[in-house]
Amino acid sequence: MLPEICLALAMVGITAYAVLGSADFGAGFWDLTAGGARRGGRVRGMVQHAMSPVWEANHVWLIFVLVVVWTAFPVAFGSIFSTLSIPLFLAALGIIFRGAAFALRGQAGTIREARVLGALFASSSVLIPFCLGAAIGGIASGRVPVGNATGDVWSSWLNPTSVLIGVLGVVTGAHLAAVFLAADSRRAGQEDLVHAFRTRALGSGVLAGALALAGLLVVRSDARALFDGLTSGAGLACVLVSGAAGVGTLVLVARGRHEPARFVAAVSVAAIVAGWAFAQRPYLLPPELTLDEAAAPDATLAAVLAGLGIGAVILVPSLWLLYRLVLRGVLDQRFEPLDQRFTTLDKDERR
Amino acid sequence: MVDLVVAQALSETLGGGPQPDLLEARQMQALSLAVHIPLVCFGIAFPAMFLFVEGLYLRTGDETFKRLAVKWSKVALTLFAVGVVTGTILSFEFGLLWPEFMASFGQVFGIAFALEGISFFVEAIFMAIYVYGWQRLSPRVHFLTGIPIVISGFAGSFNVIAVNGWMNDPGGFDVVGGRVVDPRPWEAMFNDAMAHEVFHMYLAGYVVAGFIVAGVYSAAWLRGRRDKYVHTALVVTLSFACLAAPVQVIVGDWAARSVTQRQPVKLAAFEGLAHTTKGASFTIGGVFDEDEQRVRWGIEIPHLLSLLAEHDPNATITGLDSVPPEDRPPVNVVRFAFQTMVGIGTGLALLGAVFFLTWWRRRRLPRSRWFFRAVVAAGPLALVALIAGWITTEVGRQPWIVYEVMRTEQAVTSADGLETGYVALVLVYLALASGVLWMLRRLARQG
Ligand code: HDD
Ligand code: HEM
Ligand code: HEM
Repeated sequence: MLPEICLALAMVGITAYAVLGSADFGAGFWDLTAGGARRGGRVRGMVQHAMSPVWEANHVWLIFVLVVVWTAFPVAFGSIFSTLSIPLFLAALGIIFRGAAFALRGQAGTIREARVLGALFASSSVLIPFCLGAAIGGIASGRVPVGNATGDVWSSWLNPTSVLIGVLGVVTGAHLAAVFLAADSRRAGQEDLVHAFRTRALGSGVLAGALALAGLLVVRSDARALFDGLTSGAGLACVLVSGAAGVGTLVLVARGRHEPARFVAAVSVAAIVAGWAFAQRPYLLPPELTLDEAAAPDATLAAVLAGLGIGAVILVPSLWLLYRLVLRGVLDQRFEPLDQRFTTLDKDERR
Repeated sequence: MVDLVVAQALSETLGGGPQPDLLEARQMQALSLAVHIPLVCFGIAFPAMFLFVEGLYLRTGDETFKRLAVKWSKVALTLFAVGVVTGTILSFEFGLLWPEFMASFGQVFGIAFALEGISFFVEAIFMAIYVYGWQRLSPRVHFLTGIPIVISGFAGSFNVIAVNGWMNDPGGFDVVGGRVVDPRPWEAMFNDAMAHEVFHMYLAGYVVAGFIVAGVYSAAWLRGRRDKYVHTALVVTLSFACLAAPVQVIVGDWAARSVTQRQPVKLAAFEGLAHTTKGASFTIGGVFDEDEQRVRWGIEIPHLLSLLAEHDPNATITGLDSVPPEDRPPVNVVRFAFQTMVGIGTGLALLGAVFFLTWWRRRRLPRSRWFFRAVVAAGPLALVALIAGWITTEVGRQPWIVYEVMRTEQAVTSADGLETGYVALVLVYLALASGVLWMLRRLARQG
């Protein structure tokens, strides 16, 4: 029982990061594709406006996942990180660039400095979800054996399933970000941006759905066990929920109901993460290491649960406070269209 | 000391091929820590400083205080962001560089990191509320949202240090048949090395952050900017740093005595003491000669080492020869780092004493330009002492990653090609460091 609870906690962390973290990455993607200084000014302004207060808190979910896995499933952690060292190292470098560039960009003095920092920020926003997705693909398709770097360093993450999940990660992030930013724009009273992000949300949502469907065929030929898990029993149920929620999101967005769309979009991601867990049950590292074999002794698992339980008493109200303040606009900075220097564009362009 | 039964040598938990890249892995770990730790000092100490200034604002209503608090909290947020990413790299490196270590011991010490994660979560949340809430939260509520930042900054470092303490004083598990069994996470967390490390590091945070920020305003002072804003900034930061610096010497003495008890070979490396000696002398400077097994060209002060380490001039101090050569750390690196830290620490404590004597007797800042020049130098020096301290602790623990249980070479990854990663990491950190310095200069120029 304890191993399952700890796994569930890790899954909660992965889901939260996949929703909140990849929405941040997606925002970077829209920043990247926003166009030149003038045309993209309002989009960039909105991205900055929406992300500033929350991106650090969103990022901590990743730490949370790492910590739970290395404590509760140490052998799996060592195996995963040694075999998948390349994509994970790339993701780590991307994380440095992304955080630093985002933090520093506000201080850029010239448009050239800003272009460099902005491009760094935005392109690492694509690199990170791809690499993390590819790593997950390696695990799910059974390419990470137990051992110190005993898997293949390249094919463990450059294979059909990994590439699929990596690309899906990027597209889903973009979709989530557009859904969230549309809602944020509505709150900030910027109707033209609501429209811009709605279009982006619908486009990327359709693309994500199509990719997911086509992806099932890829998985079928590349990782049969995973495919079977996703198309039967609890795995199938999760896939269906995820699909329905995905369609639901599109409908809500099309109708302009942006606040509920946020939550339905999140459900869609949560369901597919759960589906992945069910699909590879009982393995943590298919096809050899089961969850029970991978789990640390009960004393450790109990300590993790006790520690996180006590932590949750502090953490949950704090998170609740943060998101409430954010959603009420208490932490909002004034919305301003920004050029790539993240300084305000000329007054006449504001409206 | 925790009793630990290591019946057989530890064998590999994961197992794999050869482990070719130990050197690169060590360099990468050391480099990443050297980048992370200075940022952490600001995470520890800066919140207390801006909260203190905000408290002054609430009491007096003087806008100068508010301007300072807003400014510092913005800088803190940026540094925090960089601290977060560099910390994330460290977490990744645990797995990327030391998978065997994690696979064997994650179950033992991981809990401290779980608690650390919670603290950082809380810190990130309230940091955001604080920095973005200046306009719309009422002054009192705003002040209150700063308090969790201070507490969680402490709690976060406490938990990481608990792990480092455990690596130096391992406990809370048994080794049976070459395997780590029966983990007792809470016992591991509350180890004997933790207490002095926590206090020493916590004070280091105040010394480093305090002197660096004070140095920025000292430079402005020397250039002739002597308004109320600069004056206030100087008095506040110097008060924090100059209070911490002398106390740091006392805690350092505690640390040294604790090391004498638990890790005598490490202490012998600090001092270059080859043979177990009664009434050992303390040598300042010089170089340890591996062939002759003694320190050459140093200034020797009889009985001082015994006095410092055991508070008894005739006490017996264990030498390096108590263990075979392959179990000894590289003496010169450790010794040089230790002496650098102690030398700088003594200097900073004197500087602190000058500040407090002047303040106490005259209620003003010292007038001499040399004082302000010294403060400008003190920031970088404190940083050097910090890194030197960590080299002392970490390299002094070698060749063990878990003291007397697991060797560093057993812990490392089998993945090849770390050279590429190392070069990439160096370049990325150089870019990061220049980016941060560039930004801090921009911010400092804005006043
Ligand atoms: C501003 C930084 C700073 C300053 C001024 C000092 N130290 Fe320090 N020292 C550190 C920062 C530091 C540290 C934070 O870097 C370390 C590394 C591990 C630790 O717990 O603190 C450390 C470790 C450390 C250790 C090793 C502890 C261990 O291995 O467990 C000893 C014996 C001392 N210190 C002793 C001193 C003495 C006698 C000092 C003064 C005269 C002194 N330190 C000043
Ligand atoms: C928890 C807090 C820790 C802190 C603050 C810390 C600090 C440091 C520092 C500052 C260095 C630099 C020494 C140098 O420049 O040579 C260092 C080196 C090193 N650290 Fe740690 N460390 C910590 C935990 C760890 C962990 C968890 C590992 C391994 C998994 C580790 C392994 C090493 C290794 C192998 C070196 C290189 C030693 C050498 O070059 O001889 N440290 N550490
Ligand atoms: C091997 C060692 C270390 C690891 C793996 C590590 C890991 C991390 C991680 C993941 C974060 C980001 C947390 C977030 O997302 O908010 C972080 C930040 C932080 N770490 Fe470390 N850390 C290490 C060493 C240290 C040491 C030695 C200290 C202090 C004594 C420390 C204190 C902090 C603090 C206070 C922060 C908050 C961010 C900031 O203030 O810049 N860490 N660390």
